[in-house]
Amino acid sequence: MTPRLKWTIVVVAAIVLLGGSLAYAISAFLRFQAVASTAGERSGPPLTAIEPGQIVFRSTDPGTEYGHVASVPIGAPGAARAVAELTCDRVDASAALVSCLRTQRGIVTRFEWQVLDERFDARWEAPLPGVPSRTRVADDSSYWASTAFVTGHTYATVGFSTATVIVGADGTEYGNLEDFAFTVNGDSVTSVDRNFWGVTFVPGTDGFFATAAAGGRTWLVRGDLGDRTLVAIHDAVECPSLSPDGERIAFKKPVGEAPTKTWTIAVLDLATGEEVVLPESRNVDDQVEWLDDETIVYGLPRAAAGDSDVWAIAADGGGEPELLIEHAWSPSVVR
Amino acid sequence: MTVYLSFSDLRKAKQQPDAETETEGAADGADGADTSAGAPGGISPTVRVASARVSSVVIALGIVSMFTDISSEATAAILPLYITGVIGLSTVAYGFIDGLYQGVSAIVRIAAGYAADRGDQPKWVAMFGYGISAIARVGLLFASGFAALTAVVVVDRLGKGARTAPRDALIAASSEPSSLGRSFGVHRMLDTVGAAVGPLLAFVILLFIPDGYTTVFVVSLAFAVLGVIVLGIFVPNKRPRAERAAGDGRPAPFRWKHLGDPRLTRLLLVAALFGSVTIGDGFVYLVLQSRGAFAAEWFPLFYVGTNIAFLALAVPFGRLSDRFGSARIFVIGHVALLGTYVLAAIPVSGALITIACLVLLGAFYAATDGILAALASQCTPVAARASGIAAAQTVVAVTRLIASVGFGLLWYTIGRTEAVMVVAVILAVLIPIAAWLLLGAKGRSTGGPPHDDVPAAVVAADATSDSPPLHDEGRAEPAE
Repeated sequence: MTPRLKWTIVVVAAIVLLGGSLAYAISAFLRFQAVASTAGERSGPPLTAIEPGQIVFRSTDPGTEYGHVASVPIGAPGAARAVAELTCDRVDASAALVSCLRTQRGIVTRFEWQVLDERFDARWEAPLPGVPSRTRVADDSSYWASTAFVTGHTYATVGFSTATVIVGADGTEYGNLEDFAFTVNGDSVTSVDRNFWGVTFVPGTDGFFATAAAGGRTWLVRGDLGDRTLVAIHDAVECPSLSPDGERIAFKKPVGEAPTKTWTIAVLDLATGEEVVLPESRNVDDQVEWLDDETIVYGLPRAAAGDSDVWAIAADGGGEPELLIEHAWSPSVVR
Repeated sequence: MTVYLSFSDLRKAKQQPDAETETEGAADGADGADTSAGAPGGISPTVRVASARVSSVVIALGIVSMFTDISSEATAAILPLYITGVIGLSTVAYGFIDGLYQGVSAIVRIAAGYAADRGDQPKWVAMFGYGISAIARVGLLFASGFAALTAVVVVDRLGKGARTAPRDALIAASSEPSSLGRSFGVHRMLDTVGAAVGPLLAFVILLFIPDGYTTVFVVSLAFAVLGVIVLGIFVPNKRPRAERAAGDGRPAPFRWKHLGDPRLTRLLLVAALFGSVTIGDGFVYLVLQSRGAFAAEWFPLFYVGTNIAFLALAVPFGRLSDRFGSARIFVIGHVALLGTYVLAAIPVSGALITIACLVLLGAFYAATDGILAALASQCTPVAARASGIAAAQTVVAVTRLIASVGFGLLWYTIGRTEAVMVVAVILAVLIPIAAWLLLGAKGRSTGGPPHDDVPAAVVAADATSDSPPLHDEGRAEPAE
């Protein structure tokens, strides 16, 4: 092979391969533009304020409202949605606050956490160390919390790790839950792979619940912001969500072992320790939310990448899941 | 037969195709001769005069690595987002994928090194490694769900395990012993350019096309295939053993005892000691991140910052290693690592400390990554070179993995800053020990400048084996 032939082959290959990729990228860009510039069919008036009686969520309707925070009345989830300017990957709202986790795309992708008041005026913000996972605002607006995945930039240099942080409305930063004292049956747990995620607050107190994991096991932990402790109170509970009456925890219950682990929804009665597994056969990887004391709502992905729906199911296990809001994710009920 | 080209010569070669047509009919790569861009006659042989020239084969391998790294790092950077955001898997599954690959990678690496030596075909073993990684990229276009994704990631990483040692053996075989460090430096610089460009490219694509994961995978596939093509076409099939046989008429088949060279043993020991106190970059980043607002905000850029320092320093450290001995630079690299730990652990935060810490970490890689391969190739006879390099790299990979697990334990038992301090103290103790092992008393010089006198002990060992004197091995037979 002569050098000239070699160069010809490589240059032609480069033109074909990189040119082909560029053509593909341009067509993907145009396709995206076409979809993104179409106004969503389901949008109504702009959302300018959060009010009790709304379900606030992230719209995944392909089109101009994709990724924006939207709301529908609790009583009419099928109604036209009011769409806000704000975009979030995960959102949670109380009557006075909105917590929003966002991927800030750019040359280098960054992640941020913003807390706004009920009129969407920014109140507090902080960078996140990785991909947004969960966020919660206490129903009495006294605390807010977030969980992000801390991933390296190579194939997960540090493996799976979460950072869960709680902040008080008075400005107190309680820091990462990894720095809290964590005990199981009275024994302090200090193992390598300790992780915490999925905070749910107990309104009117300094208490909260969250998931703890170590050594392949997961627990429901009761946390206290006053003395910075985490105490395991139940096995195999992930992403807890406290019912409005404060008596039950809805959570995603692991089914099977890694790597084929999936989750279903279960409800734990805190007083009796009794657990009810709900008749939802699909894999629910979400921190569920209570619509009221009888109904649980949660997101499920659609076949189309990046799109999802919000479903509802009876908390006592007495009914099948029902589609509540189409093209929606991260539902939050404002009480 | 080898002609050494500098960058400018390579450019010249591109611009003067006419001059190169004279090489038509020159021996093809398959017969073991080097047919890199400028064979004798095409370009003045005087380019060999300066010993610090870098072979065009090394540059070609660097470009192959650059394309491959653009490909793999572009994918790796967005994979967490893709897995959690699009496929809807949890990051638990993601951690599992990562752990799965770590174990098999070490075995593949050794096997590939052995296969490259045994068959005396390092190029084709490397090609296999690059090839299956490229095929894995095709899989990524169709993978949905956990099992498929696991398969793709494992195949990709197996490819990486398989290609590294044979490729480094090719670099060693294509380089003048007196500029071996520089050759590895140039290769690692190009490689790291790819590692820095890949994630940026991926994020730029996602910036314009927010759901453009498939586009990233398509671009990634294109770069991977291009890398394989450049490797296939521009890298001659150097057959180090056959060349030696042609040179002195003695065949030198692979022997396991080649790996018993005391210098290699000492190098492996030092690599193991150092590897066992090298905590993952992720931990260093996490310590920095927990320390201040600046660090937390720029956390996602840490990896890029480290890479920029690495690529900027790879060639300078390579040159220094040619001048002062690779063993010395290898040890000094670990002094930089010590500096990284100390800066990460001291209770002072701020932009400057963070940046200094990343620069030192990059310097550590620049002074140890390619240099380790150079050292290992200096300590192993030609016939077992890929195996020797593979052994050293495996020792480092395995001990680092153990170190990361152990450090994780320490992190949670005594606290992050304290844990880093403990590791820093152990490293500070190990550095003089390693220096003594590698550089110590006379006759023990490992990887000093290759043109040094051959240590008596080694000569004696060589006299009893059928391998050629060690210090000649990297040098191709005299041109003309």
